[in-house]
Amino acid sequence: MSTKTIAVVRDLLATNKQAAAAIRQELRSRGILCVNLLSSPGSGKTTLLESLAGRFEGRYRMAVIEGDIETERDAERIRAKGIPAWQITTGGACHLEAKMVGKVLGEVPAAIDLLFIENVGNLVCPASYDLGEEVRCVLLSSPEGDDKPAKYPQAFLSADCLILTKSDLLPYLPFDPAKAAAEALAIKPGLRVFTVSALRDEGMDALAAYFVEALARLRSACA
Amino acid sequence: MHELSLVASVFDVLEEKAREHGATRVVRVVLKVGVMAGVVPDLLESAFDIYKKGTLADGARLEIVVVPVRTRCPDCGGEAVREDADFSCAACGSRRIEIVEGRELVVEQIELET
Repeated sequence: MSTKTIAVVRDLLATNKQAAAAIRQELRSRGILCVNLLSSPGSGKTTLLESLAGRFEGRYRMAVIEGDIETERDAERIRAKGIPAWQITTGGACHLEAKMVGKVLGEVPAAIDLLFIENVGNLVCPASYDLGEEVRCVLLSSPEGDDKPAKYPQAFLSADCLILTKSDLLPYLPFDPAKAAAEALAIKPGLRVFTVSALRDEGMDALAAYFVEALARLRSACA
Repeated sequence: MHELSLVASVFDVLEEKAREHGATRVVRVVLKVGVMAGVVPDLLESAFDIYKKGTLADGARLEIVVVPVRTRCPDCGGEAVREDADFSCAACGSRRIEIVEGRELVVEQIELET
């Protein structure tokens, strides 16, 4: 009996990266903009999507993939707005992986402009998993505190866009949007920052326009 | 907190390599884990110890090499090892910084018994 040491150098996330690349390619060829929403639980991802559904109605066709540990609740809220939605229940897993999204993708109708993926509420693990999206948004709500970017740098580092949510609560909380934005920009220069209240419909025009611009860019690049 | 699913990916690699080399047992596994890989080395070790029971790596030793965050500045070329979340260039102050190392999650080496 003898032992031998072999060099392997295998990326543990390689399988996920391959699945994500296949999703990205498929969605680009279908001209669909995919947006991955990351945040802590309760920071307003579903409410943001409900607000966007109203805003895009009659102009852009939207679909949503919901990720949660349990229940269909979020998908039901989105369907109530007349938007097709698929619920992935991970049964305990703390993040969505590309292969979970890949399984649902075949059911997404061809005539869609924007596909939003609402990740499992968690500001840590989802950051490591590419889902094949074009745009990654991190949401940070005012009750969570403006000190979060430096505490969870990976999520902000991997994002294209920061959405500061629940701005209607700012008068009651010691949350400084400028501080939160500056902290996030120190980690990821070039991050686009939006401050919104989905509930009060404030700041949503600029955010919706950002997604529409990204969709136009994707279609002109893939045309 | 997805260490157990990552360990499952480690075992996919171990099984593949053991088969390839006609090995009967895995005695040592070396993982490179970046500080910003989003996993906790202690939890990876615990998950590995749970997972290995009854497998070809039962009794295998897991070695984790923690890789610090190393950045490179595209403006001045300066490289630095970072311990904070301030990713500006220490030399020229540029904010356009590239992360060269520190996000990896790699099975680097394995020792097999044949």
